Amino acid sequence: MSNRLINVLVPVISIILGLLVGAVVMLVSGYDPVAGYIALWNGIFGDAYAIGETIRQISPYILAGLAVAFAFRTGLFNIGVEGQLIVGWFAAAYVGMAFELPKIIHLPLALLAAAAAGAIWGLIPGLLKATLKVHEVIVTIMMNYIALYVVNALIKVLANGGFKTEKIHDTASLRSDFLSELTDYSTLHYGIFVALLMVFVMWFILEKMKLGYELKSVGFNENAAQYAGMSVKKNIIMAMLISGAFAGLAGAMEALGTFGNMSTRAGFTGIGFDGIAVALLGANTPLGVVFGASLFGSLKYGANNMPNAANIPIEIVSIVIALIIFFVASGYIIRVGLQRISKKKEAK
Amino acid sequence: MEYVIEMLNIKKKFGTFYANNNITLQLEKGEIHALLGENGAGKSTLMNVLFGLYQPDGGEIRVKGKKVDITDPNVANDLGIGMVHQHFMLVENLTVTENIILGSEPTKMGMLNIKDSAKKVAEISKLYGLDVDPHAKIEDISVGMQQRVEILKTLYRGAEILIFDEPTASLTPQEIDELIRIMHKLIEEGKSIILITHKLQEIMSVSDRVTVIRKGEGIGTVITAETNPEELATLMVGRQVTFKTEKGPSHPTEEILKIENLVVTDYRGIEKVKNLNLSVRRGEIVGLAGIDGNGQSELIEAITGLRKVKSGKIIMGDKDVTNKNPRHITENGLGHIPQDRHKHGLVLDFSVGYNAALQSYYQKPFSANGLMNYKEVTKHANKLISDFDVRTQGEHELARALSGGNQQKLIIGREVDRNPDLLIAALPTRGLDVGAIEFIHKRLIEQRDNGKAVLLISFELDEVMNVSDQIAVIYDGAIVDTVTPAETSEQELGLFMAGHNKSEIVEGNDGAVLKEGDDDHV
Repeated sequence: MSNRLINVLVPVISIILGLLVGAVVMLVSGYDPVAGYIALWNGIFGDAYAIGETIRQISPYILAGLAVAFAFRTGLFNIGVEGQLIVGWFAAAYVGMAFELPKIIHLPLALLAAAAAGAIWGLIPGLLKATLKVHEVIVTIMMNYIALYVVNALIKVLANGGFKTEKIHDTASLRSDFLSELTDYSTLHYGIFVALLMVFVMWFILEKMKLGYELKSVGFNENAAQYAGMSVKKNIIMAMLISGAFAGLAGAMEALGTFGNMSTRAGFTGIGFDGIAVALLGANTPLGVVFGASLFGSLKYGANNMPNAANIPIEIVSIVIALIIFFVASGYIIRVGLQRISKKKEAK
Repeated sequence: MEYVIEMLNIKKKFGTFYANNNITLQLEKGEIHALLGENGAGKSTLMNVLFGLYQPDGGEIRVKGKKVDITDPNVANDLGIGMVHQHFMLVENLTVTENIILGSEPTKMGMLNIKDSAKKVAEISKLYGLDVDPHAKIEDISVGMQQRVEILKTLYRGAEILIFDEPTASLTPQEIDELIRIMHKLIEEGKSIILITHKLQEIMSVSDRVTVIRKGEGIGTVITAETNPEELATLMVGRQVTFKTEKGPSHPTEEILKIENLVVTDYRGIEKVKNLNLSVRRGEIVGLAGIDGNGQSELIEAITGLRKVKSGKIIMGDKDVTNKNPRHITENGLGHIPQDRHKHGLVLDFSVGYNAALQSYYQKPFSANGLMNYKEVTKHANKLISDFDVRTQGEHELARALSGGNQQKLIIGREVDRNPDLLIAALPTRGLDVGAIEFIHKRLIEQRDNGKAVLLISFELDEVMNVSDQIAVIYDGAIVDTVTPAETSEQELGLFMAGHNKSEIVEGNDGAVLKEGDDDHV
């Protein structure tokens, strides 16, 4: 079996296996898996509206995935994408609401505010890691909680005790009548282009810039980077800044595109944590993140259709979706299995 | 004659490349049989075939005359074949006994039975004179002792045939003597040994017969007593090799490195360099001789800016570079071939090309305005590859995929190509074969002849004697004496290295010494 064939077969078999095991779960629970999967398919691709919503859902996943992947590439585990996303969301919502400016200034300013807020939230663990060797995983986890409750408090202040900020001005909005009409009045907005632009930015930094060469050196081998005269500290700080900025922009998708404001939250959005899986599914490459995010985004959005169209309770749906992703992520096992089979064939 | 192992016409193919092509090796009972070949000649592949890690694509293996199919290492174990790996497979924070029983832990009613095992380990240790404490933790014992644990592990599992893979690569001269004694003892007790090495002296002193392979092909088997190092080297490399490095007299001029009363501590805060004074001039090679762990690593790290200096001064040219950062010192004219090429010298997951630019990537033409110019990086890499004979599939190949010798050539190329005023070469030939060593020595002498200075750190006395113009002997963090090769002998250097005519040998120094330098054997 050639390597190329294996590379194609692995994801295909992974998804099929995931679907099969998911079907067993539905059967055992007394639901019709065929109806369930038809509902899932329709939920993702069924009509223009579904497609629009799916793409809308994918945008923040791409950015969250980029944030995690970028940090991974430089040897850091940024588990704080969730918190960076929340502060980014808030910053964008605030700038979008508080200022009145022409669109050409207002929208970029709001995006920039989100990126800056995320970057600062990433900078703190970066600084602590670089100067005091505090492990970034601990700090970023705690920063997530701080972000969640600080932002909740700020929203209440802004809303005079209410639970959500005022809507942003149109001049700061990513909403697009054109995209919306194209997709049967879905909430699809320009955010997907921001996300794809950032995919390019990450690729450009890592593959074209001097900074990328240094970041990757530090990520692969800190000692050799130090030997080559690079500042390990500076690179750790830069990596967390950039990673945080990507995460902040993921928040801007929600603030300026999907919701147009921010409400107090009882818990995390989950997008930041799913970003870890997205990055790993995409092997931490910019393009891989797009694929990982597409899988995550479509399953997450399409699954919403399963309770309505096939009467499958949302709990079962969550299990099925998790199983599919689980099998895709364990592609390694399938790869090894395939190689065993082809080896045995050769031996004969 | 009875053969305990016969590997007949073994073939092993990777893709279209034959790593082994028709290699025959026959091991007699009770002999030490050396397997000689350059780095990348296919020695390890052949042994991995024997040990069941690879399946041969042709040929057959016989154990005691019976054809066998060694499908995995467990089969090899059952056939009494044991391997002492070059990079030890030991768990640092477990004890000797725990490491030895790992994988086949004996139990008594479901509980781990360490006591009996420890007793058995102690017995075997005594029988073969290994002198290993079954209860010592691996992290607390020396590299030489760790190797004996590896030997014990194979004996414990009933090995009759022991494969030693480059066993002396990380040992001190004393430990090597000890190892040779142990190997003879093993033979006395009826074991047979295959010794993989590219060190000719070792082969001459311990082996009974030698099988030579070159570029994957079996060249033949000779009886050690009927050959000599020159003949072996020619067989191995395929051409005449000069052992005595040719060089003219040195013409030293002004001082380029001056170290005054230097004190450097290690990571625990213990002083490893103590009031050291050293001077290196343009146009000379100063060899720093000494046993591993006498402060060499800390000294190099201090000069190159990788470690902070506690007190004293390091002056390069006319500038004080004490406690400056590595880049500052590099730009001041330093080239550095680090002692651990995997830890400091290379980013193994970078391509050869990226590694070739590691010290100069931030300068023109490799980058400008924050952007890399990878075209120039590639061009530069290709130049180094051809100038320094780095055998690689191309500049895009990962550094990890290169053999040790070629990794080292890449580093040397990168450092020498920048034409530094002072080149620090730390163990530049460690683990390399004679061909590569010859090449590297020539390059060092070339630097000297071009009016540059070289500081060579080596644990190999003949390397220091051959290449240096001045020999400074380091012991316990200070220079004992500085002599020229002409006015000294290996015996005298050996005494200096042991601290003689300076003070009494410090009791128990051995243990502390050996803790160093074992970074890559974890």
